[in-house]
Amino acid sequence: MDTILQLVLNGLAVGCIYGLVALGFVLIYKATELVNFAQGDLLMLGAFTCYMFVVWYGLAYWAAFALAIAIVALFGAALDATVLRRVIGQPQFAVVMLTIGLGAIFRSFASITWGSEIYTLPTPFSARATRLGGVTVSHEYVSIIVGTIVLCGALYAFFRYTKFGVAMQAASQNQLAAYYMGIPVKRMFSLIWAISAGVAAIAGVLLAPVSLIDINLGFIGLKAFAAAVLGGFGSIPGALVGGVTIGLIELFAGAYLPHGFKDVAAYVVLLLVLAVRPQGMFGAVGRKRV
Amino acid sequence: MRFVFKTSYAQDQTMFRDGVQRNWYIALFVGLLLLPRVLPDYTVDLSLVFIYGLCGISLMVLAGYTGLVSLGHAAFLGIGAYAHVYFVHDLHLPWIVSVALACVITAAVGVLVGLPALRMTGVYLTIATLAFALIIQEVFARWEHVTGGLKGKPVDKPVLFGVSFANDVAFYMLCLAFLIGGLWLTLNILRAPTGRAWVAIRDSEIAAQSLGVNLAVYKTMAFGYSAALMGVAGALFAHKVGFLAPDIFSVLLSIQLLLMVVVGGLGSLHGAVYGAVFVAILPVIISQARDAVPAWGGLDRFVKQPGFEPGLFGLILVLFILFEPLGIYGRWTKIKLYFAMFPLYKRATFRRQKTYMRSERLR
Repeated sequence: MDTILQLVLNGLAVGCIYGLVALGFVLIYKATELVNFAQGDLLMLGAFTCYMFVVWYGLAYWAAFALAIAIVALFGAALDATVLRRVIGQPQFAVVMLTIGLGAIFRSFASITWGSEIYTLPTPFSARATRLGGVTVSHEYVSIIVGTIVLCGALYAFFRYTKFGVAMQAASQNQLAAYYMGIPVKRMFSLIWAISAGVAAIAGVLLAPVSLIDINLGFIGLKAFAAAVLGGFGSIPGALVGGVTIGLIELFAGAYLPHGFKDVAAYVVLLLVLAVRPQGMFGAVGRKRV
Repeated sequence: MRFVFKTSYAQDQTMFRDGVQRNWYIALFVGLLLLPRVLPDYTVDLSLVFIYGLCGISLMVLAGYTGLVSLGHAAFLGIGAYAHVYFVHDLHLPWIVSVALACVITAAVGVLVGLPALRMTGVYLTIATLAFALIIQEVFARWEHVTGGLKGKPVDKPVLFGVSFANDVAFYMLCLAFLIGGLWLTLNILRAPTGRAWVAIRDSEIAAQSLGVNLAVYKTMAFGYSAALMGVAGALFAHKVGFLAPDIFSVLLSIQLLLMVVVGGLGSLHGAVYGAVFVAILPVIISQARDAVPAWGGLDRFVKQPGFEPGLFGLILVLFILFEPLGIYGRWTKIKLYFAMFPLYKRATFRRQKTYMRSERLR
């Protein structure tokens, strides 16, 4: 029983990270119908930026955290304004290749700027744990789960109650109609990119103490795809539920299935979902218009 | 500007447009036969161009002609390579039989992957093939009985009908022969009803379906054919690298293969070959050029960083998509047209139309 509880807790934490990265995919996909294959690499940039401020410049953890989010979010907005806006309306394939190329550039940039070694980020939560019954509750995992819940609440409030949030919803539901209503659609898209990149940076900083920082941290984005697809690409609660599901499946597969299944469990689930129910758990059924 | 005035139906079916074009290709062929004598140091790199060329054709059929973008082709390459090596080394089958079996096995796997792919469109398919490739890579690492696991598996030089192809030049000729065979076969399939159906599916699935193209059959066929070519390429690739390990067939290789078709030019077999030349030769040029980089403000140290090369590839990919979506082949046709029409070239011929976002959602 304790083992199962322990697995559930760890799975929740890992799943939250997948969920956050998937949330980034979904935000961008809902708004612009672009699929951002560089989302994982934005996460990596966030983790490295925070590391740089904490270890190189000796900033306090929270200050570095905020700076990292701000920098990566600004970077995301700039990326949209300079590069990605040009490919809207081109075949999806071009966008996929473009973001893959961008991801490669980010990894290369990280390896040249920060080196290709493996780093640990010292945080207030590092290597501390509380024992609850038979379960070891590591503070790093708690920070991930709490961070995700807070972030989701904030995002929900933002999209639901602020003028900007509603404008963004409008822009992603129908570009042209939003434009006629006087919403600056282009600026909204840049803002969505900023939010999405910021979410990735938060995920990166939260993940950093658990998994070490290196330039290949971004490959976690591949598993987040499984989360996004499972939740139905285009559904924000779906992304989070999908992420947590994938996290739990992965941890349980690691514990109860033979070696090797832990790494591929997410992809097996992804393939099964795509083959059986391509619209995911929360997606709407739809036929393409001619 | 040359214009071919067709006077018989046979002219519609010839492979080359006219005698001039045919003679150019013959000259190219002779040039390729002599190339190992001119550049003896680069024979091995050049045979890699031919192997990548086969991969390029394979991916071009799927992505460029049928419109199904796969990010998992490194897995097919790997399946071909491991199957071939298993048959040749562990079961001691003749080389040709082994290549044929590897080809059949990869084609079968391709069809298996293609079947669920029928239900997916666009980016979902890309993600699914990516997941497939990641699973297969894990299989390579775990199925030690056949693949040698993480320790890897050494590969001997090919021996065909008792003749050894251990010599670099001989292997170069072997790869060239396979590339020409692959090009010839693919060119003919693309001119046949099958190829027409693929192109129709790419341009509009619904229109193709309305005209009686069976989507399921032709998409699966495209997957199977593409995988089969990849299997043959894999067999040659195994001999080229000389040592198989699971991490060769990673996502990065899949991306590189896709980079090849994008940079070469989607939707043309020329593009596949140009892309192969580009992807196989660029690392050689980079490594040559690295030593020649001057030490302006530490520029030489910057260029020698290990992370520099993948970033450069990424940058090239981004620049191509932004500024030349038709790839090298597209640029080449523009240049050719410029000289053909010389004083009258209109830049607007190729201007991209302004497009609004084409939604794939139903509203």
